Amino acid sequence: MDKIPDNRAWWLVLPVFLLVAFSALVPLMTVVNYSVQDIFGPGQAYYVGTEWFKEVLTDQRLQDSLIRQFAFSGAVLLIQIPLGIGVALMMPKSGIKGSLCLILVAIPLLIPWNVVGTIWQIFARGDIGLFGWAVNQAGIDYNYTGDTVDAWLTVLLMDVWHWTPLVALLCYSGLRAIPEAFYQAAEIDRASKWAVFRYIQLPRLKSVLIIAVLLRFMDSFMIYIEPFVLTGGGPGSSTTFLSQTLTTMAIGQFDLGRAAAFSLIYFLIVLLISWLFFTAITHADKEK
Amino acid sequence: MRQTGYKNIGITIYILLLLTPVYWLLNMSFKTNREILGGLTLWPQNFTFDNYAVIFTDPSWYNGYLNSMAYVSINVVITLLVALPAAYAFSRYKFLGDKHLFFWLLSNRMAPPAVFLLPFFQLYSSIGLFDTHIAVALAHCLFNVPLAVWILEGFMKGVPREYDEMAYIDGYSFPKFFIKVFLPMIRSGIGVTAFFAFMFSWVELLLARTLTSVDAQPIGAIMTRTIGASGIDWGVLAAAGVLTIIPGLLVIWFVRNHVAKGFALGRV
Repeated sequence: MDKIPDNRAWWLVLPVFLLVAFSALVPLMTVVNYSVQDIFGPGQAYYVGTEWFKEVLTDQRLQDSLIRQFAFSGAVLLIQIPLGIGVALMMPKSGIKGSLCLILVAIPLLIPWNVVGTIWQIFARGDIGLFGWAVNQAGIDYNYTGDTVDAWLTVLLMDVWHWTPLVALLCYSGLRAIPEAFYQAAEIDRASKWAVFRYIQLPRLKSVLIIAVLLRFMDSFMIYIEPFVLTGGGPGSSTTFLSQTLTTMAIGQFDLGRAAAFSLIYFLIVLLISWLFFTAITHADKEK
Repeated sequence: MRQTGYKNIGITIYILLLLTPVYWLLNMSFKTNREILGGLTLWPQNFTFDNYAVIFTDPSWYNGYLNSMAYVSINVVITLLVALPAAYAFSRYKFLGDKHLFFWLLSNRMAPPAVFLLPFFQLYSSIGLFDTHIAVALAHCLFNVPLAVWILEGFMKGVPREYDEMAYIDGYSFPKFFIKVFLPMIRSGIGVTAFFAFMFSWVELLLARTLTSVDAQPIGAIMTRTIGASGIDWGVLAAAGVLTIIPGLLVIWFVRNHVAKGFALGRV
Protein backbone atom coordinates (compact mmCIF):
# COMPACT_ATOMS: atom_id res chain seq x y z
CA MET A 1 0.00 0.00 0.00
CA ASP A 2 1.39 3.39 -0.95
CA LYS A 3 1.52 5.84 1.88
CA ILE A 4 0.37 9.42 1.54
CA PRO A 5 3.00 12.07 2.31
CA ASP A 6 1.51 14.24 5.05
CA ASN A 7 3.47 15.88 7.83
CA ARG A 8 0.35 16.46 9.89
CA ALA A 9 0.66 12.78 10.86
CA TRP A 10 3.16 14.04 13.42
CA TRP A 11 0.21 15.11 15.57
CA LEU A 12 -0.82 11.46 15.86
CA VAL A 13 2.70 10.35 16.77
CA LEU A 14 3.30 13.20 19.19
CA PRO A 15 1.90 11.50 22.35
CA VAL A 16 4.12 8.46 21.80
CA PHE A 17 7.07 10.69 21.05
CA LEU A 18 6.62 12.75 24.22
CA LEU A 19 5.98 9.74 26.44
CA VAL A 20 8.95 7.73 25.21
CA ALA A 21 11.18 10.78 25.12
CA PHE A 22 10.31 11.44 28.77
CA SER A 23 11.13 7.85 29.72
CA ALA A 24 14.15 7.47 27.47
CA LEU A 25 15.89 10.73 26.71
CA VAL A 26 16.03 12.21 30.20
CA PRO A 27 17.56 9.07 31.74
CA LEU A 28 19.86 8.60 28.74
CA MET A 29 21.15 12.15 29.11
CA THR A 30 21.70 11.49 32.81
CA VAL A 31 23.79 8.46 31.91
CA VAL A 32 25.81 10.46 29.39
CA ASN A 33 26.33 13.14 32.03
CA TYR A 34 27.63 10.60 34.56
CA SER A 35 29.88 8.94 32.06
CA VAL A 36 32.12 11.98 31.68
CA GLN A 37 32.40 12.84 35.37
CA ASP A 38 33.96 11.46 38.48
CA ILE A 39 31.43 11.76 41.27
CA PHE A 40 32.44 11.64 44.91
CA GLY A 41 29.24 12.96 46.43
CA PRO A 42 26.59 15.66 46.01
CA GLY A 43 28.23 18.71 44.48
CA GLN A 44 31.58 17.02 44.21
CA ALA A 45 31.91 16.00 40.60
CA TYR A 46 34.82 16.51 38.27
CA TYR A 47 34.84 16.43 34.52
CA VAL A 48 37.07 13.60 33.34
CA GLY A 49 36.27 13.42 29.62
CA THR A 50 36.63 10.01 28.02
CA GLU A 51 38.62 8.59 30.91
CA TRP A 52 35.90 6.15 31.99
CA PHE A 53 35.38 4.87 28.48
CA LYS A 54 39.07 4.07 28.13
CA GLU A 55 39.06 2.32 31.44
CA VAL A 56 35.91 0.32 30.71
CA LEU A 57 37.12 -0.83 27.31
CA THR A 58 40.26 -2.30 28.84
CA ASP A 59 38.61 -3.73 31.96
CA GLN A 60 39.27 -7.47 32.07
CA ARG A 61 36.16 -8.25 34.13
CA LEU A 62 33.91 -6.54 31.61
CA GLN A 63 35.54 -8.21 28.64
CA ASP A 64 35.06 -11.57 30.31
CA SER A 65 31.39 -10.97 30.95
CA LEU A 66 30.96 -9.68 27.40
CA ILE A 67 32.43 -12.90 26.01
CA ARG A 68 30.21 -14.95 28.33
CA GLN A 69 27.24 -12.90 27.16
CA PHE A 70 27.95 -13.54 23.48
CA ALA A 71 28.46 -17.25 24.12
CA PHE A 72 25.19 -17.39 26.02
CA SER A 73 23.14 -15.45 23.44
CA GLY A 74 24.66 -17.53 20.64
CA ALA A 75 23.79 -20.79 22.38
CA VAL A 76 20.28 -19.51 23.11
CA LEU A 77 19.64 -18.72 19.45
CA LEU A 78 21.20 -21.96 18.17
CA ILE A 79 19.03 -24.12 20.42
CA GLN A 80 15.79 -22.20 20.67
CA ILE A 81 15.19 -21.32 17.03
CA PRO A 82 15.37 -24.90 15.60
CA LEU A 83 13.58 -26.33 18.64
CA GLY A 84 10.84 -23.71 18.37
CA ILE A 85 10.30 -24.50 14.69
CA GLY A 86 10.11 -28.21 15.53
CA VAL A 87 7.53 -27.67 18.25
CA ALA A 88 5.46 -25.41 15.99
CA LEU A 89 5.42 -28.11 13.30
CA MET A 90 4.12 -30.64 15.81
CA MET A 91 1.32 -28.52 17.26
CA PRO A 92 -2.22 -29.49 16.18
CA LYS A 93 -3.54 -27.22 13.46
CA SER A 94 -6.90 -26.21 14.89
CA GLY A 95 -9.79 -27.02 17.16
CA ILE A 96 -9.90 -27.36 20.92
CA LYS A 97 -6.65 -29.34 20.92
CA GLY A 98 -4.95 -26.47 19.11
CA SER A 99 -6.16 -23.87 21.62
CA LEU A 100 -5.23 -26.08 24.53
CA CYS A 101 -1.70 -26.63 23.19
CA LEU A 102 -1.36 -22.90 22.62
CA ILE A 103 -2.25 -22.09 26.22
CA LEU A 104 -0.11 -24.84 27.75
CA VAL A 105 2.90 -23.93 25.64
CA ALA A 106 2.52 -20.25 26.58
CA ILE A 107 2.59 -20.89 30.34
CA PRO A 108 6.36 -20.33 30.88
CA LEU A 109 6.09 -16.92 29.19
CA LEU A 110 3.57 -15.69 31.73
CA ILE A 111 5.60 -16.46 34.83
CA PRO A 112 7.38 -13.48 36.41
CA TRP A 113 11.11 -13.76 35.85
CA ASN A 114 12.09 -14.05 39.47
CA VAL A 115 9.60 -16.89 39.89
CA VAL A 116 11.20 -18.60 36.88
CA GLY A 117 14.52 -18.37 38.70
CA THR A 118 12.95 -19.69 41.90
CA ILE A 119 11.30 -22.62 40.12
CA TRP A 120 14.62 -23.74 38.67
CA GLN A 121 16.51 -23.05 41.84
CA ILE A 122 14.40 -25.73 43.52
CA PHE A 123 13.81 -27.98 40.53
CA ALA A 124 17.53 -28.40 39.83
CA ARG A 125 18.57 -29.09 43.42
CA GLY A 126 20.04 -32.50 43.96
CA ASP A 127 18.26 -33.20 47.24
CA ILE A 128 14.72 -31.81 46.89
CA GLY A 129 14.40 -31.02 43.18
CA LEU A 130 13.05 -33.51 40.70
CA PHE A 131 15.49 -32.59 37.93
CA GLY A 132 18.66 -32.55 40.00
CA TRP A 133 17.60 -35.73 41.76
CA ALA A 134 16.84 -37.53 38.48
CA VAL A 135 20.16 -36.52 36.93
CA ASN A 136 22.04 -37.70 39.99
CA GLN A 137 20.09 -40.97 40.01
CA ALA A 138 21.10 -41.47 36.39
CA GLY A 139 24.67 -41.67 37.64
CA ILE A 140 25.80 -38.23 36.51
CA ASP A 141 27.44 -36.09 39.13
CA TYR A 142 25.48 -32.86 38.99
CA ASN A 143 25.55 -29.84 41.27
CA TYR A 144 24.71 -26.47 39.77
CA THR A 145 25.80 -24.44 42.78
CA GLY A 146 29.30 -25.87 42.80
CA ASP A 147 30.25 -26.84 39.28
CA THR A 148 30.83 -24.23 36.57
CA VAL A 149 29.70 -26.38 33.65
CA ASP A 150 26.60 -27.56 35.50
CA ALA A 151 25.70 -23.97 36.40
CA TRP A 152 26.06 -22.91 32.77
CA LEU A 153 23.97 -25.78 31.48
CA THR A 154 21.29 -25.12 34.10
CA VAL A 155 21.01 -21.44 33.18
CA LEU A 156 20.87 -22.39 29.51
CA LEU A 157 18.29 -25.10 30.11
CA MET A 158 16.19 -22.66 32.12
CA ASP A 159 16.29 -20.13 29.30
CA VAL A 160 15.40 -22.79 26.73
CA TRP A 161 12.47 -23.85 28.91
CA HIS A 162 11.41 -20.25 29.43
CA TRP A 163 11.68 -18.80 25.94
CA THR A 164 11.41 -21.60 23.34
CA PRO A 165 7.60 -21.23 23.65
CA LEU A 166 7.86 -17.71 22.24
CA VAL A 167 9.67 -18.95 19.14
CA ALA A 168 7.22 -21.86 18.87
CA LEU A 169 4.17 -19.60 19.06
CA LEU A 170 5.60 -17.15 16.51
CA CYS A 171 6.34 -19.99 14.08
CA TYR A 172 2.97 -21.58 14.78
CA SER A 173 1.17 -18.44 13.67
CA GLY A 174 3.46 -18.20 10.65
CA LEU A 175 2.58 -21.76 9.65
CA ARG A 176 -1.15 -21.08 10.09
CA ALA A 177 -0.85 -18.31 7.53
CA ILE A 178 0.27 -20.65 4.71
CA PRO A 179 -2.67 -21.26 2.35
CA GLU A 180 -3.82 -24.90 2.05
CA ALA A 181 -3.34 -24.70 -1.76
CA PHE A 182 0.45 -24.73 -1.28
CA TYR A 183 0.28 -28.11 0.43
CA GLN A 184 -2.10 -29.51 -2.18
CA ALA A 185 0.26 -28.48 -4.96
CA ALA A 186 3.12 -30.16 -3.12
CA GLU A 187 1.09 -33.35 -2.78
CA ILE A 188 0.36 -33.43 -6.51
CA ASP A 189 4.10 -33.08 -7.14
CA ARG A 190 4.70 -35.94 -4.66
CA ALA A 191 7.04 -33.70 -2.74
CA SER A 192 8.76 -35.33 0.24
CA LYS A 193 8.15 -34.12 3.80
CA TRP A 194 11.58 -32.51 3.77
CA ALA A 195 10.93 -30.74 0.46
CA VAL A 196 7.65 -29.35 1.81
CA PHE A 197 9.49 -28.00 4.82
CA ARG A 198 12.48 -26.68 2.90
CA TYR A 199 10.71 -25.09 -0.05
CA ILE A 200 7.26 -24.16 1.30
CA GLN A 201 7.25 -23.80 5.07
CA LEU A 202 10.70 -22.39 5.76
CA PRO A 203 10.59 -19.55 3.19
CA ARG A 204 7.14 -18.58 4.47
CA LEU A 205 8.44 -18.49 8.03
CA LYS A 206 11.22 -16.10 7.14
CA SER A 207 9.68 -12.85 8.36
CA VAL A 208 8.41 -14.44 11.59
CA LEU A 209 11.78 -16.00 12.22
CA ILE A 210 13.55 -12.67 11.90
CA ILE A 211 11.23 -11.26 14.57
CA ALA A 212 11.89 -14.30 16.75
CA VAL A 213 15.66 -13.99 16.36
CA LEU A 214 15.50 -10.26 17.06
CA LEU A 215 13.40 -10.60 20.21
CA ARG A 216 15.41 -13.55 21.49
CA PHE A 217 18.69 -11.80 20.85
CA MET A 218 17.64 -8.60 22.61
CA ASP A 219 16.14 -10.33 25.60
CA SER A 220 18.89 -12.91 26.09
CA PHE A 221 21.44 -10.12 25.87
CA MET A 222 19.68 -8.29 28.70
CA ILE A 223 19.05 -11.33 30.90
CA TYR A 224 19.40 -10.47 34.57
CA ILE A 225 16.80 -11.67 37.04
CA GLU A 226 16.70 -15.38 36.19
CA PRO A 227 20.42 -16.23 36.53
CA PHE A 228 20.66 -13.83 39.47
CA VAL A 229 18.02 -15.78 41.37
CA LEU A 230 19.23 -19.19 40.18
CA THR A 231 22.99 -18.99 40.64
CA GLY A 232 23.66 -15.45 41.84
CA GLY A 233 26.20 -15.26 39.02
CA GLY A 234 28.33 -18.06 40.42
CA PRO A 235 30.10 -20.28 41.01
CA GLY A 236 32.82 -17.63 40.93
CA SER A 237 31.62 -15.34 38.17
CA SER A 238 30.96 -18.07 35.64
CA THR A 239 27.31 -17.13 35.06
CA THR A 240 27.63 -13.39 35.62
CA PHE A 241 26.28 -11.79 32.46
CA LEU A 242 26.53 -8.17 31.34
CA SER A 243 23.42 -6.85 33.11
CA GLN A 244 24.54 -8.26 36.40
CA THR A 245 28.06 -6.90 36.13
CA LEU A 246 26.55 -3.52 35.35
CA THR A 247 24.04 -3.58 38.18
CA THR A 248 26.66 -4.62 40.68
CA MET A 249 28.86 -1.77 39.51
CA ALA A 250 26.14 0.91 39.54
CA ILE A 251 24.19 -0.02 42.66
CA GLY A 252 26.47 -2.33 44.59
CA GLN A 253 29.70 -0.37 44.34
CA PHE A 254 28.05 2.95 43.38
CA ASP A 255 30.76 3.42 40.77
CA LEU A 256 28.62 5.77 38.72
CA GLY A 257 31.01 7.11 36.11
CA ARG A 258 32.35 3.72 35.14
CA ALA A 259 28.89 2.14 35.18
CA ALA A 260 27.50 4.91 32.98
CA ALA A 261 30.28 4.60 30.42
CA PHE A 262 29.75 0.85 30.44
CA SER A 263 25.97 1.32 30.01
CA LEU A 264 26.47 3.41 26.90
CA ILE A 265 28.81 0.88 25.31
CA TYR A 266 26.39 -1.93 26.24
CA PHE A 267 23.48 -0.07 24.68
CA LEU A 268 25.49 0.64 21.53
CA ILE A 269 26.33 -3.05 21.06
CA VAL A 270 22.68 -4.06 21.36
CA LEU A 271 21.66 -1.21 19.09
CA LEU A 272 24.20 -2.08 16.42
CA ILE A 273 23.29 -5.76 16.24
CA SER A 274 19.58 -5.00 16.36
CA TRP A 275 20.00 -2.46 13.59
CA LEU A 276 21.50 -5.19 11.41
CA PHE A 277 18.49 -7.42 12.09
CA PHE A 278 16.08 -4.53 11.55
CA THR A 279 17.63 -3.75 8.18
CA ALA A 280 17.20 -7.41 7.31
CA ILE A 281 13.49 -7.20 8.22
CA THR A 282 12.77 -4.13 6.14
CA HIS A 283 14.76 -5.67 3.32
CA ALA A 284 12.65 -8.84 3.51
CA ASP A 285 9.48 -6.72 3.48
CA LYS A 286 10.58 -4.93 0.35
CA GLU A 287 11.26 -8.19 -1.46
CA LYS A 288 7.68 -9.34 -0.94
CA MET B 1 -1.98 -40.96 9.41
CA ARG B 2 1.03 -42.41 11.21
CA GLN B 3 2.65 -39.03 10.74
CA THR B 4 0.00 -37.34 12.91
CA GLY B 5 0.51 -40.01 15.55
CA TYR B 6 4.21 -39.22 15.84
CA LYS B 7 3.45 -35.52 15.99
CA ASN B 8 0.94 -36.00 18.78
CA ILE B 9 3.40 -38.05 20.78
CA GLY B 10 6.12 -35.44 20.21
CA ILE B 11 4.03 -32.47 21.28
CA THR B 12 2.67 -34.37 24.29
CA ILE B 13 6.19 -35.14 25.47
CA TYR B 14 7.25 -31.53 24.96
CA ILE B 15 4.30 -30.16 26.92
CA LEU B 16 4.85 -32.68 29.72
CA LEU B 17 8.50 -31.61 30.00
CA LEU B 18 7.40 -27.98 29.91
CA LEU B 19 4.94 -28.47 32.74
CA THR B 20 7.15 -30.56 35.03
CA PRO B 21 8.94 -27.59 36.65
CA VAL B 22 5.57 -25.88 37.12
CA TYR B 23 4.15 -29.06 38.65
CA TRP B 24 7.09 -29.17 41.04
CA LEU B 25 6.27 -25.66 42.23
CA LEU B 26 2.59 -26.56 42.63
CA ASN B 27 3.54 -29.75 44.44
CA MET B 28 5.73 -27.83 46.84
CA SER B 29 3.11 -25.20 47.57
CA PHE B 30 0.88 -27.86 49.16
CA LYS B 31 3.62 -29.29 51.36
CA THR B 32 4.80 -28.30 54.79
CA ASN B 33 8.34 -26.98 55.06
CA ARG B 34 9.35 -30.10 56.95
CA GLU B 35 8.25 -32.30 54.11
CA ILE B 36 9.89 -30.09 51.46
CA LEU B 37 13.28 -30.20 53.12
CA GLY B 38 12.87 -33.71 54.45
CA GLY B 39 13.37 -35.36 51.12
CA LEU B 40 11.93 -35.96 47.70
CA THR B 41 8.22 -36.74 47.48
CA LEU B 42 6.44 -36.81 44.16
CA TRP B 43 3.17 -35.55 45.64
CA PRO B 44 2.29 -33.96 49.00
CA GLN B 45 2.07 -36.59 51.74
CA ASN B 46 0.48 -34.18 54.22
CA PHE B 47 -1.65 -32.05 51.96
CA THR B 48 -1.94 -28.53 53.37
CA PHE B 49 -3.39 -25.16 52.41
CA ASP B 50 -1.43 -23.36 55.12
CA ASN B 51 1.01 -21.74 52.69
CA TYR B 52 -1.85 -20.17 50.77
CA ALA B 53 -3.56 -19.15 54.00
CA VAL B 54 -0.47 -17.13 54.93
CA ILE B 55 -0.73 -15.14 51.72
CA PHE B 56 -4.48 -14.59 51.75
CA THR B 57 -4.65 -13.45 55.37
CA ASP B 58 -1.67 -11.09 55.41
CA PRO B 59 -2.32 -7.71 53.74
CA SER B 60 1.38 -7.12 53.15
CA TRP B 61 1.31 -10.26 51.00
CA TYR B 62 -1.88 -9.88 49.01
CA ASN B 63 -1.30 -6.15 48.54
CA GLY B 64 1.67 -7.14 46.42
CA TYR B 65 -0.67 -8.79 43.94
CA LEU B 66 -2.99 -5.79 43.99
CA ASN B 67 -0.03 -3.44 43.41
CA SER B 68 1.24 -5.50 40.50
CA MET B 69 -2.20 -5.65 38.92
CA ALA B 70 -2.70 -1.91 39.44
CA TYR B 71 0.43 -0.83 37.60
CA VAL B 72 0.02 -3.46 34.90
CA SER B 73 -3.55 -2.25 34.19
CA ILE B 74 -2.51 1.41 34.10
CA ASN B 75 0.35 0.50 31.80
CA VAL B 76 -1.90 -1.42 29.38
CA VAL B 77 -4.35 1.49 29.20
CA ILE B 78 -1.66 4.14 28.63
CA THR B 79 0.12 1.95 26.09
CA LEU B 80 -3.00 1.41 24.02
CA LEU B 81 -4.12 5.04 24.20
CA VAL B 82 -0.89 6.47 22.82
CA ALA B 83 0.08 3.60 20.53
CA LEU B 84 -3.18 3.43 18.56
CA PRO B 85 -2.99 6.86 16.87
CA ALA B 86 0.76 6.55 16.37
CA ALA B 87 0.46 3.15 14.72
CA TYR B 88 -2.24 4.59 12.47
CA ALA B 89 0.08 7.40 11.42
CA PHE B 90 2.91 4.97 10.68
CA SER B 91 0.65 2.65 8.68
CA ARG B 92 -1.01 5.36 6.58
CA TYR B 93 1.28 8.36 6.13
CA LYS B 94 4.74 9.22 5.03
CA PHE B 95 6.08 12.07 7.13
CA LEU B 96 9.28 13.84 7.98
CA GLY B 97 11.60 11.43 9.80
CA ASP B 98 9.12 8.57 9.99
CA LYS B 99 11.63 5.76 9.47
CA HIS B 100 14.12 7.21 11.94
CA LEU B 101 11.40 7.76 14.49
CA PHE B 102 10.23 4.16 14.10
CA PHE B 103 13.70 2.75 14.64
CA TRP B 104 14.30 5.10 17.54
CA LEU B 105 11.11 3.81 19.16
CA LEU B 106 12.19 0.22 18.63
CA SER B 107 15.64 0.99 19.99
CA ASN B 108 14.02 1.67 23.35
CA ARG B 109 12.72 -1.88 23.36
CA MET B 110 16.39 -2.85 23.09
CA ALA B 111 17.70 -0.70 25.92
CA PRO B 112 18.86 -2.99 28.72
CA PRO B 113 16.77 -2.03 31.79
CA ALA B 114 19.94 -2.24 33.88
CA VAL B 115 21.18 0.83 31.99
CA PHE B 116 18.21 2.91 33.11
CA LEU B 117 17.85 1.81 36.70
CA LEU B 118 19.57 4.64 38.47
CA PRO B 119 18.48 7.51 36.20
CA PHE B 120 14.89 6.27 36.44
CA PHE B 121 15.09 6.22 40.19
CA GLN B 122 16.36 9.79 40.23
CA LEU B 123 13.91 11.04 37.60
CA TYR B 124 10.84 9.66 39.36
CA SER B 125 12.08 10.70 42.78
CA SER B 126 12.66 14.25 41.59
CA ILE B 127 9.10 14.63 40.26
CA GLY B 128 7.63 13.04 43.37
CA LEU B 129 6.33 9.88 41.76
CA PHE B 130 8.60 7.45 43.55
CA ASP B 131 6.75 4.49 45.06
CA THR B 132 3.53 5.06 43.11
CA HIS B 133 1.79 2.75 40.64
CA ILE B 134 1.90 5.39 37.95
CA ALA B 135 5.70 5.57 38.10
CA VAL B 136 6.09 1.86 37.35
CA ALA B 137 3.38 2.06 34.67
CA LEU B 138 5.21 4.94 32.97
CA ALA B 139 8.58 3.21 33.21
CA HIS B 140 7.17 0.06 31.62
CA CYS B 141 5.92 2.18 28.72
CA LEU B 142 9.55 2.39 27.68
CA PHE B 143 9.49 -1.14 26.29
CA ASN B 144 5.74 -1.69 25.88
CA VAL B 145 4.85 1.33 23.75
CA PRO B 146 7.39 0.60 20.98
CA LEU B 147 6.28 -3.02 20.82
CA ALA B 148 2.61 -1.99 20.78
CA VAL B 149 3.20 0.46 17.93
CA TRP B 150 5.04 -2.26 16.03
CA ILE B 151 2.29 -4.88 16.46
CA LEU B 152 -0.60 -2.49 15.80
CA GLU B 153 1.05 -1.05 12.71
CA GLY B 154 1.20 -4.55 11.24
CA PHE B 155 -2.51 -5.09 11.84
CA MET B 156 -3.47 -1.66 10.51
CA LYS B 157 -1.54 -2.20 7.30
CA GLY B 158 -3.87 -5.13 6.68
CA VAL B 159 -6.92 -2.82 6.50
CA PRO B 160 -7.24 -1.33 2.99
CA ARG B 161 -7.25 2.45 2.84
CA GLU B 162 -10.49 2.41 0.83
CA TYR B 163 -12.31 2.01 4.16
CA ASP B 164 -10.87 5.32 5.38
CA GLU B 165 -11.82 7.11 2.18
CA MET B 166 -15.32 5.67 2.14
CA ALA B 167 -15.90 6.82 5.71
CA TYR B 168 -14.80 10.37 4.87
CA ILE B 169 -17.13 10.45 1.85
CA ASP B 170 -19.93 9.36 4.15
CA GLY B 171 -19.18 12.44 6.24
CA TYR B 172 -17.37 10.88 9.19
CA SER B 173 -14.90 13.11 10.99
CA PHE B 174 -11.51 11.59 11.79
CA PRO B 175 -12.13 10.83 15.48
CA LYS B 176 -15.56 9.39 14.71
CA PHE B 177 -14.16 7.23 11.91
CA PHE B 178 -11.27 6.07 14.04
CA ILE B 179 -13.41 5.00 17.00
CA LYS B 180 -16.56 3.78 15.28
CA VAL B 181 -15.20 2.21 12.09
CA PHE B 182 -11.50 1.59 12.32
CA LEU B 183 -10.98 0.25 15.84
CA PRO B 184 -13.66 -2.47 15.55
CA MET B 185 -11.91 -3.72 12.42
CA ILE B 186 -8.62 -4.32 14.22
CA ARG B 187 -10.23 -5.73 17.38
CA SER B 188 -8.05 -8.80 17.46
CA GLY B 189 -4.93 -6.69 16.98
CA ILE B 190 -5.89 -4.64 20.02
CA GLY B 191 -6.53 -7.80 22.01
CA VAL B 192 -3.14 -9.19 21.15
CA THR B 193 -1.38 -5.90 21.89
CA ALA B 194 -3.07 -5.76 25.27
CA PHE B 195 -1.94 -9.31 25.95
CA PHE B 196 1.67 -8.50 25.08
CA ALA B 197 1.66 -5.32 27.13
CA PHE B 198 0.19 -7.25 30.05
CA MET B 199 2.70 -10.04 29.72
CA PHE B 200 5.86 -7.95 29.54
CA SER B 201 4.72 -5.62 32.31
CA TRP B 202 3.63 -8.50 34.56
CA VAL B 203 6.88 -10.45 34.31
CA GLU B 204 9.27 -7.48 34.63
CA LEU B 205 10.75 -6.97 38.07
CA LEU B 206 13.96 -4.99 37.84
CA LEU B 207 12.38 -1.59 37.15
CA ALA B 208 9.30 -2.28 39.24
CA ARG B 209 11.41 -3.11 42.25
CA THR B 210 13.71 -0.11 41.83
CA LEU B 211 10.88 2.40 41.58
CA THR B 212 8.93 1.26 44.63
CA SER B 213 9.54 0.77 48.30
CA VAL B 214 6.37 0.14 50.31
CA ASP B 215 3.11 1.47 48.90
CA ALA B 216 3.42 0.14 45.37
CA GLN B 217 5.73 -2.80 45.89
CA PRO B 218 5.17 -5.58 43.33
CA ILE B 219 4.61 -9.17 44.41
CA GLY B 220 7.96 -10.21 42.99
CA ALA B 221 9.78 -7.95 45.42
CA ILE B 222 7.67 -9.09 48.36
CA MET B 223 8.57 -12.70 47.60
CA THR B 224 12.15 -12.03 48.63
CA ARG B 225 10.82 -11.54 52.18
CA THR B 226 10.41 -15.29 52.57
CA ILE B 227 14.17 -15.43 53.01
CA GLY B 228 14.34 -14.86 56.76
CA ALA B 229 16.73 -15.51 59.59
CA SER B 230 15.61 -19.12 59.84
CA GLY B 231 16.29 -19.78 56.17
CA ILE B 232 13.89 -19.70 53.25
CA ASP B 233 10.21 -20.38 53.80
CA TRP B 234 9.97 -22.60 50.71
CA GLY B 235 6.30 -23.48 51.08
CA VAL B 236 5.06 -19.89 51.14
CA LEU B 237 7.50 -18.95 48.38
CA ALA B 238 6.09 -21.74 46.19
CA ALA B 239 2.49 -20.77 46.95
CA ALA B 240 3.25 -17.14 46.07
CA GLY B 241 4.88 -18.30 42.84
CA VAL B 242 1.87 -20.39 41.86
CA LEU B 243 -0.42 -17.41 42.46
CA THR B 244 1.65 -15.21 40.12
CA ILE B 245 0.92 -17.57 37.23
CA ILE B 246 -2.86 -17.40 37.54
CA PRO B 247 -3.54 -13.86 36.22
CA GLY B 248 -1.53 -14.66 33.10
CA LEU B 249 -3.53 -17.84 32.52
CA LEU B 250 -6.79 -15.90 32.77
CA VAL B 251 -5.61 -13.28 30.29
CA ILE B 252 -4.38 -15.80 27.74
CA TRP B 253 -7.64 -17.75 28.03
CA PHE B 254 -9.58 -14.65 27.01
CA VAL B 255 -7.40 -13.79 24.02
CA ARG B 256 -6.54 -17.36 22.90
CA ASN B 257 -8.26 -17.01 19.53
CA HIS B 258 -6.40 -13.81 18.68
CA VAL B 259 -3.06 -14.94 19.95
CA ALA B 260 -2.10 -17.27 17.10
CA LYS B 261 -2.69 -14.43 14.70
CA GLY B 262 -1.05 -11.77 16.76
CA PHE B 263 2.10 -13.61 17.70
CA ALA B 264 3.16 -13.07 14.12
CA LEU B 265 2.86 -9.37 15.01
CA GLY B 266 0.40 -8.97 12.15
CA ARG B 267 3.15 -9.42 9.65
CA VAL B 268 2.21 -12.61 7.85
